Amino acid sequence: MPKTHITMKVNGSEVEGLAEPRTLLVHFLREQAQLTGTHIGCETSHCGACTIDIDGMSVKSCTMLAVQANGAEITTIEGMANADGTLSPLQEGFRMMHGLQCGFCTPGMIVRAHRLLKENPSPTEAEIRAGISGNICRCTGYQNIVKAIQYAAAKINGVEFQEAAE
Amino acid sequence: MNDLTPTREQREAALEGMGCRRKRVEDIRFTQGKGNYVDDVKLPGMLHGDFVRSPHAHARVKAIHTEEALKVPGVLAVITAETLKTVNLAWMPTLAGDVQMVLADGKVLFQNQEVAFVVATDRYAADDGVSKVVVDYEPLPVLVDPFKAMDPDAPVLREDLAGKTSGAHGPRKHHNHIFEWTVGDKDLTDAAFKKADVTIKEMISYHRTHPSPLETCQCVCSFDKVKGELTIWGTFQAPHVIRTVVSLIAKLPEQKIHVIAPDIGGGFGNKVGAYPGYICAAVASIVTGKPVKWVEDRIENLTATAFARDYHMTTEIAATKDGKVTGLRVHVLADHGGFDACADPSKWPAGFFNIVTGSYDFPVAHLAVDGVYTNKAPGGVAYRCSFRVTEAAYCIERAMDILAQKLGMDPAELRLKNFIKPEQFPYHSALGWEYDSGDYHTAMRKMMESVDYAGLRKEQAEKRAAFKRGETREIMGIGIGFFTEIVGAGPSKNCDILGIAMFDSCEIRLHPTGAGIARMGTKSQGQGHETTWAQIIASEIGIPADNIMVEEGNTDTAPYGLGTYGSRSTPVAGAAIAMAARKIKAKAQMIAAYKLEVHEDDLEWDIDGFRVKGLPEKAMSMKDICWAAYNSVPPGMEPGLEAVSYYDPPNMTYPFGAYLCVMDIDVDTGVYKVRRFYALDDCGTRINPMIIEGQVHGGLTEAFAIAMGQEIRYDSEGNVVTGSFMDFFMPTAVETPHWETDYTVTPSPHHPIGAKGVGESPNVGGVPAFSNAVNDAFSFLGATHIQMPHDFWRNWQAAKNLGVVAA
Repeated sequence: MPKTHITMKVNGSEVEGLAEPRTLLVHFLREQAQLTGTHIGCETSHCGACTIDIDGMSVKSCTMLAVQANGAEITTIEGMANADGTLSPLQEGFRMMHGLQCGFCTPGMIVRAHRLLKENPSPTEAEIRAGISGNICRCTGYQNIVKAIQYAAAKINGVEFQEAAE
Repeated sequence: MNDLTPTREQREAALEGMGCRRKRVEDIRFTQGKGNYVDDVKLPGMLHGDFVRSPHAHARVKAIHTEEALKVPGVLAVITAETLKTVNLAWMPTLAGDVQMVLADGKVLFQNQEVAFVVATDRYAADDGVSKVVVDYEPLPVLVDPFKAMDPDAPVLREDLAGKTSGAHGPRKHHNHIFEWTVGDKDLTDAAFKKADVTIKEMISYHRTHPSPLETCQCVCSFDKVKGELTIWGTFQAPHVIRTVVSLIAKLPEQKIHVIAPDIGGGFGNKVGAYPGYICAAVASIVTGKPVKWVEDRIENLTATAFARDYHMTTEIAATKDGKVTGLRVHVLADHGGFDACADPSKWPAGFFNIVTGSYDFPVAHLAVDGVYTNKAPGGVAYRCSFRVTEAAYCIERAMDILAQKLGMDPAELRLKNFIKPEQFPYHSALGWEYDSGDYHTAMRKMMESVDYAGLRKEQAEKRAAFKRGETREIMGIGIGFFTEIVGAGPSKNCDILGIAMFDSCEIRLHPTGAGIARMGTKSQGQGHETTWAQIIASEIGIPADNIMVEEGNTDTAPYGLGTYGSRSTPVAGAAIAMAARKIKAKAQMIAAYKLEVHEDDLEWDIDGFRVKGLPEKAMSMKDICWAAYNSVPPGMEPGLEAVSYYDPPNMTYPFGAYLCVMDIDVDTGVYKVRRFYALDDCGTRINPMIIEGQVHGGLTEAFAIAMGQEIRYDSEGNVVTGSFMDFFMPTAVETPHWETDYTVTPSPHHPIGAKGVGESPNVGGVPAFSNAVNDAFSFLGATHIQMPHDFWRNWQAAKNLGVVAA
């Protein structure tokens, strides 16, 4: 099958490669760009493990063709840490609040939460739950993921994090 | 001593030992996308395999045409049963003593059964090849309903078993019968029923569902022809068992097989067994001389690998009129699908279902389980439970509610009246178990006080009256789930897998600088072993948890273990850790005595080292002992500081808990709302409360999904109608309720640190609590038992059947 030359900016670096018209973006990122942090948990756009940030939007990269991302600006989980390499408030929040177990949904969850907090810097619990409803987690029951996002929001906003009692 | 000398509290805290809410070691890599899962493994020249699968549930395979597929660019080989026969691998043994086709050999027995394996240069080319394989099928009559499996004219599913009147677990009664398993005293039980004031009988079904971890099953197999060595990276909950199984069935020397389970994206029982994908990838690598990757997709995962449950439990309780239970009789019809591939300890065809007497003091009981074949996928794995324990817990907890309803008693009161009393432990159950410890009354009463149980019942009575007056269309249900688990398989006297006793192991090696590594026979799939195992070591030998690296999943470096499932890691491997640590501590004491020039008996342990009794300033820390172990051990002693323990537990452990669900249901739409869910768990000694709470949240979410909709359902032709996340209920953050957790602590008397295991309790206890809440909501309208799963549609159906919604 003929291949198309595509380029995109991923986590601040130019990435280029050849892709068949049918190549899914998630496969291009994982197999050509060697960015295996983005995962695949289904093929029906339900689970959100493949969530990345494209041009300021959360996108499920299993549901987009690599050629459609030609020229796009993309952030994946590998681009989420602070510039100095330390954990970002979201990454730290997930660790502090035990917001992950097997870690398979975590990249998509963090990338999604990153965009959610850009769109809504001080979300309520209900807004967080709705905001991550495109991402399935099989391990945590979401409760600590919600707390992790609240922790990050507080830290970004420079306010003290108040953990709700169970 | 000066101001900089840490206090005892500071020294204790620095260890981050047992009881500490230690943050997870694993999270550093997982939060940065630096985990290493099987699909992340990329080897030079690696090929990809993909399956041709059957669209039919039951059909004869007349011919497989591979010519067109082999013309597809990138396709290198198409493997069929005929290919596998040349290496004697067309069939493979199952953990349950049956055999299973690796690839369709003459016929198919369930939809999406593996028919051919296409090997190509990349996953897209493999998929192209799959679409070009043409298979000629002759459809056969399909058997879906397990209750019709043993009809005289039922279709013959397993022609390979023709004439075999007995299987791995005794006589077969019919061509679709697998086994009958009976436990208990039938005569005494029948007599109890004859004498009973009150009896109940109900057929309680636990529907077929699926563990569906977010990462599907996958592997990379790489055969080195020169060395004759096979390396397998795979999603394996039990890597050593996989190595032994591969050695036995592929006739490869076991030292030449290297099994590596890297990070695993959830297991929940799905990743215990061996699947055709593993065999085909290994054969493909041997045939092509190149590494071969196999990654199943979600539809394949849901429809072909390892379902759970599918138990149909006819349950009877005998009782006195004042509510004392006098007998339990259960018959289970177990639907095993086309092959018996249950992942149970080998001697237990129905797992530990004989824990079905639950938390109650039944003087007599009798259980019979009949396993049957149907045209459905094989499996029967323990979906976040210990071998059929969740089925048993659901059975007894639902039945106790039905009995309470018949007696007109409050279900909490009925339970309190029949609980095994604290002074009865160790308790011998009528079906053969020895419960190690428990205090059920305390747990139950703590739950009732925490939720204001009396207040809830009062509110419910008012709402019911209002409903009857036509003032509301909402009904309120209060569901109790009081469960006793049986985990930690298990003692070698009664537990083995294919002849290997179910011990587990730990090897600890301390380095000169006061750090070390622990290698384990277990394999975390999200449980956080790298964090918690180090905490046990920290408490046992006073080395900070941060200085201990935990390694799992490499069969070349880890001591042999039976893996992680059935909540066995803490009861078995957790004990092995403590025992290995104690061996080290004993040697450390000899070294300290030598260095401090005292007798060993003059030393006492003090948080992170030994000190001389009565002379606290004369002490030696474990850090210093580690150094000494490598340069100045007593004469005659070997240098070094390491130990291995293979722990064969003397008994199972029996965690328990008291759960309560409050639910409101709109009868006109069937829409429910979980208002409150409270979970009290007693898992004995608590190693890391943060991780325990996380395990409970996750298990409850699975229980919620199962009870309220998550089902693998087949139509009458054997088509799976819930084969993707579109139809298979997978709760998001929006549907998932808020969880309240609580605990009591009743240590296990036989476990070195008193721990019992907790990962699966919430799934076991959660399902009955949800289902009892739904049934309790409808009970005042005349319902006795409404089958799971309780989705909106079925709730509405229930309301309709009860006549409260217009038909």
